[in-house]
Amino acid sequence: MHPAATIDTNRFGAEAINLKNAQVQKLVMILLGIMATVLVIPVVMIVITLIQRGGPAISWAFLTTFPSNGMTAGGIFPALLGTVWLVAISLLASVPLGVAAAIYLSEYAPQDHWLTRVINLATINLAGVPSIVHALFGLGAFVAFFHLGTSILAASLTLAVMTLPVVIVASWESLQSVPQAFREACWNMGATRWQTIWHVVLPNALTGILTGIILQVSRAAGETAPIMFTGAAFFLPHLPSGVMDQTMALALHLFTISTQVPGVPDEIPFGVALVLFGIVLVVNTFSIWLRMYLRSKKKW
Amino acid sequence: MSSTTLSVSKISVRNLTIRYGSFTALSDVSLEIPPNQVFGIIGPANSGKTSFLNAINRMDMMRSNMQVTGSVHFNGVDVRSWRNVYALRSKIGVVFPLPVGLPLSIYDNVALSPRLRGLTDKTQIDEIVERSLRRAALWDEVKDRLTSLGSLLSGGQQQRLTIARALSQDPEVLMLDEFSIAVDPVTTMRIEDVLKELKQQMTVILVTNLVQQANRLADQTAFFLDGRCVEVGETRALFDGQVRDQRTNDYIEGRFG
Ligand SMILES: Nc1ncnc2c1ncn2[C@@H]1O[C@H](COP(=O)(O)OP(=O)(O)O)[C@@H](O)[C@H]1O
Ligand SMILES: [Mg+2]
Repeated sequence: MHPAATIDTNRFGAEAINLKNAQVQKLVMILLGIMATVLVIPVVMIVITLIQRGGPAISWAFLTTFPSNGMTAGGIFPALLGTVWLVAISLLASVPLGVAAAIYLSEYAPQDHWLTRVINLATINLAGVPSIVHALFGLGAFVAFFHLGTSILAASLTLAVMTLPVVIVASWESLQSVPQAFREACWNMGATRWQTIWHVVLPNALTGILTGIILQVSRAAGETAPIMFTGAAFFLPHLPSGVMDQTMALALHLFTISTQVPGVPDEIPFGVALVLFGIVLVVNTFSIWLRMYLRSKKKW
Repeated sequence: MSSTTLSVSKISVRNLTIRYGSFTALSDVSLEIPPNQVFGIIGPANSGKTSFLNAINRMDMMRSNMQVTGSVHFNGVDVRSWRNVYALRSKIGVVFPLPVGLPLSIYDNVALSPRLRGLTDKTQIDEIVERSLRRAALWDEVKDRLTSLGSLLSGGQQQRLTIARALSQDPEVLMLDEFSIAVDPVTTMRIEDVLKELKQQMTVILVTNLVQQANRLADQTAFFLDGRCVEVGETRALFDGQVRDQRTNDYIEGRFG
């Protein structure tokens, strides 16, 4: 080594490398920027189309009245209400079950046991099953086997089966992200597993669990296949009187009036799509806001 | 013989062997830990010190691959015959190598253990929190911001917070596992002073990576090496070179580590 001299050349060498790195860095940034922009284009175009063509249909009456003239005019009230019911009941079933299952899998089940691994794997795969498969399962299980008939209950439970694995996976991941050291500290001071979960693990996993659940709202609201055979009807002249009745639903209504009914003015299906899109947008925005809010209060 | 030794020892360990699967982390350790002393454990990394502590408060129950044979008696009772293992653990405070500030306020960190035991009276909890923080030499630094997050404290303060948390259990035994690894020297000295005070009221087991820390604090010291307890003796004697095994001397003198 030649002390002083090398240090100087190295310094210049390093600068040269830095310059090249800076150029690569710029290039990568531009490329990634272009890709991100490309991604935004379809979304923006969809929004513009929906607003341009569906906007004129939207009014208070559109949201609060029944369809009329063989669904070629009027509003979407029963479908809107039906979607709210279906989503609410499905979450009522899938959330407690899913969170409980996730707590068991993450906190109680022996982690290196083959059965735990099989259940984890099954859950992850179930989350990726196409919704039409859930639909057929719901038809067989709830409509036929449990004699629920085609009803709000059967359709909601089918949606619950569809959302359950995702609720489990999302909750499991948030539970796993809580540092093991927290649990160890609690156990060592004489806390039971449940005390540890209740006082330390759950409060710190709540953000992730909630976002996971909220994202399922828009998924359940948007699906057509799982409800089509199990409890959603093309058209009903009355509101359902209970969970054993059938109901209309937004997603199916959109499908019906765009493909099955002739002579529907264009703005109505676009209006329905706009409402559906609006629901998804509101729910997702809320979930992002909630995540940011809770994360700003994150404690480690 | 056993009944007499059991009654003088706070913790009495017989033929303790700890395995993880087929790997033996600690084999055939027998030693007596008398009450109101600082019992030091020294030894290089992976010699089985942490596993030893885990066997005392039955943390093997929480680790599926950890098997313990032999016996540990606490106050003369086999820890495996304690019906309520949570009560056993609450009598033994533990301090980890890296401070674990739970994501709670300073107050709630210290109040957690009394609350878990079912205490709800605010004035009583206040009292425990203040006393624990005082004993851990942290009260003066945090008394004006008890509601701010424990994890925002400095490393040294957090370690004293975990000591305060352990003390809030009103433990009979305090086990410290290499507590000074992430702590500055000044704080280390303050904590050492705290420990000298504490041993009046409780038994302290001090696992340490600093040989001189054992020399300063421990009444007796055990030397662990490769999963065996090579030597146990009066700290003074060991550091004066009165050792049965030459390796003890070599380790103390810093010839390996
Ligand atoms: N949960 C575990 N599973 C498998 N091996 C472990 C586990 N915990 C510790 N060991 C092993 O046991 C040996 C002793 O570890 P430990 O008791 O942590 O030693 P020390 O605290 O003296 O560094 C090490 O070789 C370590 O790898
Ligand atoms: Mg260790």
